[in-house]
Amino acid sequence: MITLGDYLVVSAILFTIGFAGVMLRRNLIIILMSLELMLNAANLSLVAFSRFRVGPGGLPDYNAQVLVFFVITVAAAEVAVGLALLVALYRARQTTDVHDITSLKF
Amino acid sequence: MTSYHRSKDRAISISHHSSPLTHHSEMSPFLFWIFAVLTVIFGAAVVLNRNPVASALSLVVSFLGLSALFMSLDAFFVGIIQVLVYAGAVMVLFLFIIMLLDIRAEERRRINWLAAGGGIGVAVILLVQICVVIGHFKVARQPFPSLARSTTDDVWNIGRLLFTNYNLPFQIIGVLVLVATIGVVILSRREPR
Repeated sequence: MITLGDYLVVSAILFTIGFAGVMLRRNLIIILMSLELMLNAANLSLVAFSRFRVGPGGLPDYNAQVLVFFVITVAAAEVAVGLALLVALYRARQTTDVHDITSLKF
Repeated sequence: MTSYHRSKDRAISISHHSSPLTHHSEMSPFLFWIFAVLTVIFGAAVVLNRNPVASALSLVVSFLGLSALFMSLDAFFVGIIQVLVYAGAVMVLFLFIIMLLDIRAEERRRINWLAAGGGIGVAVILLVQICVVIGHFKVARQPFPSLARSTTDDVWNIGRLLFTNYNLPFQIIGVLVLVATIGVVILSRREPR
């Protein structure tokens, strides 16, 4: 029997992979992809809780799924802006490596 | 009030052609583990691949597995949206940018093992902490409660919530997407020299 905890553990592993990607990788495109992984891990736990909290009508709690809808929309907008920033950065510096961007480095 | 009655009417009309008993729509554990392992392995491949194109394609496979997990939770609308937005739009955007900038696989640099070990250590500590919290969370050991019927018309329900309770956030999201569109156009415009 699959329990709520199984979905939460999968979500936690996925979030950790995304987090490790942001911490370890230097390519900005991969960092953006890892951000998407983290957002989707959060979505998975939201949907799992939505299915777990069955209301009196025998339906899942759709408030969480509306929140997932908003998260997906914001994530798509974020990717578009992030990639546009990446293109602008590449035009200015010819690099997508975060180690080459040191203007703000202390 | 009327919408509530309508939803009850729909509920009754739908329950005719489904079984009168409560419904266990859960995916079999075998399929759940297949899709969970697929999602996690290709998620890890996103981080581990050196070639950005391979990472983008792994991301899509990972999101397809995630969409199957959503559908196993009876969230069909979210699953379909996941495929449409990520496999359809976001992946094309990523691949297009990789193609436009002509990014090759990164050359091997000397890895700073201290920094890499620190990053992996923090990530592992985070994972262990979340797992400990889930382990202490007694509700997490219960199976999912069964739904009233097999077909949850979730597009209808989500749409009703979006246009009633969440109407203002929905419009704000529209403004956000508009601002993002304008911002992308301005950011990627070539400056006149």
